[in-house]
Amino acid sequence: MSTPYALPEVTLDEIKHLVSQRALDGETVLLNMGPQHPSTHGVLRLLLELDGETVVTCVPDIGFLHTGIEKNMEAKTYLKAEVMTDRLDYLNTVGNNLAYCLAVEKMIEVEIPPRAQAIRVILAELQRLASHLVWLGTSALDVAAMSVFLYAFREREIILDVLELVSGQRMMTTFIRPGGIWRDVPVEFDDAVRNILNTFPKRIDEYEDLLTKNPLFLDRTLGIGKMSLEEALSYGVTGSTLRGSGSDWDLRKKRPYSGYEQYDFEVPVATEGDVYARYLVRIREMRESLKIIEQALDKLPLGPVNSNDHKFVPPPRSELGTSMEALIHHFKLWTEGFDVPKGSVYAAVESPRGELGVFLESDGGPKPYRVHWRTPSFNNLEVLPLMAEGLLVADLVAIIGSVDIVLGDVDR
Amino acid sequence: MDSALFWEIFFKALVLILVLLTGFAYLTYYERRALARIQSRVGPNRAGPLGLLQPVADAVKLIFKEELIPAKAFKTVFILAPILTVVPAILITATVPWGGTVTIGGREILLTIADVNVGVLYIMSVASIAVYGVVLAGWSSNNKYAMMGGLRSTAQMISYELALGLSFVAVILLADSMNMTKIVEAQRGLPFFLLQPVGLIVFFFATLAELNRGPFDMPEAEQELSAGYNVEYSGMKFALFMMAEYTKMISISAITATLFFGGYLGPGVDAYPWLGPLYMFGKIFLILFMMIWVRASWPRIRYDRLMALGWKIMLPLSLALVFITAVGILFEMMWLIPVLSLVAGAVAVQSINLSLRRKANAR
Repeated sequence: MSTPYALPEVTLDEIKHLVSQRALDGETVLLNMGPQHPSTHGVLRLLLELDGETVVTCVPDIGFLHTGIEKNMEAKTYLKAEVMTDRLDYLNTVGNNLAYCLAVEKMIEVEIPPRAQAIRVILAELQRLASHLVWLGTSALDVAAMSVFLYAFREREIILDVLELVSGQRMMTTFIRPGGIWRDVPVEFDDAVRNILNTFPKRIDEYEDLLTKNPLFLDRTLGIGKMSLEEALSYGVTGSTLRGSGSDWDLRKKRPYSGYEQYDFEVPVATEGDVYARYLVRIREMRESLKIIEQALDKLPLGPVNSNDHKFVPPPRSELGTSMEALIHHFKLWTEGFDVPKGSVYAAVESPRGELGVFLESDGGPKPYRVHWRTPSFNNLEVLPLMAEGLLVADLVAIIGSVDIVLGDVDR
Repeated sequence: MDSALFWEIFFKALVLILVLLTGFAYLTYYERRALARIQSRVGPNRAGPLGLLQPVADAVKLIFKEELIPAKAFKTVFILAPILTVVPAILITATVPWGGTVTIGGREILLTIADVNVGVLYIMSVASIAVYGVVLAGWSSNNKYAMMGGLRSTAQMISYELALGLSFVAVILLADSMNMTKIVEAQRGLPFFLLQPVGLIVFFFATLAELNRGPFDMPEAEQELSAGYNVEYSGMKFALFMMAEYTKMISISAITATLFFGGYLGPGVDAYPWLGPLYMFGKIFLILFMMIWVRASWPRIRYDRLMALGWKIMLPLSLALVFITAVGILFEMMWLIPVLSLVAGAVAVQSINLSLRRKANAR
């Protein structure tokens, strides 16, 4: 086998170290959990070594959802490559767009009008709410509280309706573009978001009624999947999973972007580092997101939503018939794209799962030379064996739910 | 045995089996609709008016499905297991009184198939057979998930049979009989759920565990074990497991109604004995709703915690209830029974809270 695409041959001896000697002697059971399994949140495969129902070793096996997005982006112009970013972490599409656009904007140095900044923040926070709702529903379903799942998805629909209202798409919006946003939000936007602001606090109370003080839920989550702050930091864990272990690291506060510094919100922190602590952190984060959205919506400035630099931002459609320059810009942008100065940047946003960073290297042409995504789910998943070993299978399921991974984000 | 008696029992059994087998199908419909209402969905509403033909559609689908038997399964046991699960589920209702005595064509007929004097013992013994089906299904599938489901159910049944048996004892003491009809008749004054409210709660939870229903649906925990013991089953054999589960739900609800809610008793039942089955139906309906409601709203308890709950809380509590009941009867102070048992129940709840608080502090 000499083709460049041949898989390296792996002998059994090379992977024996993954499990303990007891498994090789037949004392413990090896169990494949996934990639098709109801609670691995996608196509995660776990190789479990079980002693009875106790997890002795847990080896995550990823790559079942590898899409080659990073490589694919190198073959597309900056604008077209953005469409792929939606598909990375499919629960945080707006956030992915935002991270990518921040990176591109850092290189082309365009000014983002304040209205676009505010709309970006509102949408990113709405997306965070939607993503946390999916997490809440699925992680509650993992401990078999099935109704919460349907309630959470009912509310998520309202948010997706808003995304559809502004962009025409419910999930893969590609609404945030380098230099601003695709187009201004429609007039119904204000009412739709206010509706969310009015209904959501009550709905979050409802979820809490079902879970927060429920003895069975407490029994399943208290002291399960403990992770100390040192462990979390050494594995590069970020986001709510890290904040559940006692750090207040939040990029929105520590490295503000898109004008997050203007808004007054708190970063919820819990110190215990177990499943319940992460649950509490995320529930409180949902309330903080509502606060941010309300402030942003209250002082949503008027004005343009795109940079005026038509070297990078397509001119308005209405100008095409009257302005020769606009027509040339339009033609250039939609055929060969815009050139980005040589260099490399790293831009990161706080996605619902943690630090979502994009490293972008340009060779001066219209296509990125290299795109690398630093995705939070990948790092957060690494801690899974550490948290799960020594606990039961049922706990493992609860822990996977609490880490809130998205396999599209892990494998990219 | 004269032939008339034979035919009487034969027809009673036939009617009961038919009612149970249709009842189970419509219980799935009831559960799906009720769950849907709780979860702000619609539920099945396409097949027939209000979706009433949905159970028929399901049955047709399952019958025509391909039946797969894994190559490495133990074939005999694999086929036997669903039968072993479904038969006790139907048999268990034999001693349940569905009504008093009615007259059909001049013949007085008791609406119980077997009015035996050890009805309660019969129920307990038949109920514990059903676990074999689950264990054998798990073992014979030759699948690790199924195996774990089967093992879980063994542990669960052992832990809960005791609490279940002891809460039967409290009722037996109150009624002074093991005959199901006599237990019902003893509740003409006060239904036993007023005399022994905590006993009802213990009984209810023990039966949930017995039925593998949420929050004790460990053997088939789909989030952990995909489907648990029935993961390798398909087609009609899978349907038999479902049938067993839902038939058993009806049977156990009927037993709960008999033991604690006065069975077929209700206003006007003496004048019109045919009201008896109707009252029974109403009571079963409400108890079934409780089970569905619990499933909709509660997370699943963990397997080792379930054992701890069974042995450390439920067993001592039900022992205490038996003791309290006996003391109340001995000193002829009936008011003592509910008061003391509520105290015992409060102590049990408090100890659960304490263990949770210990856990919260220790984390």
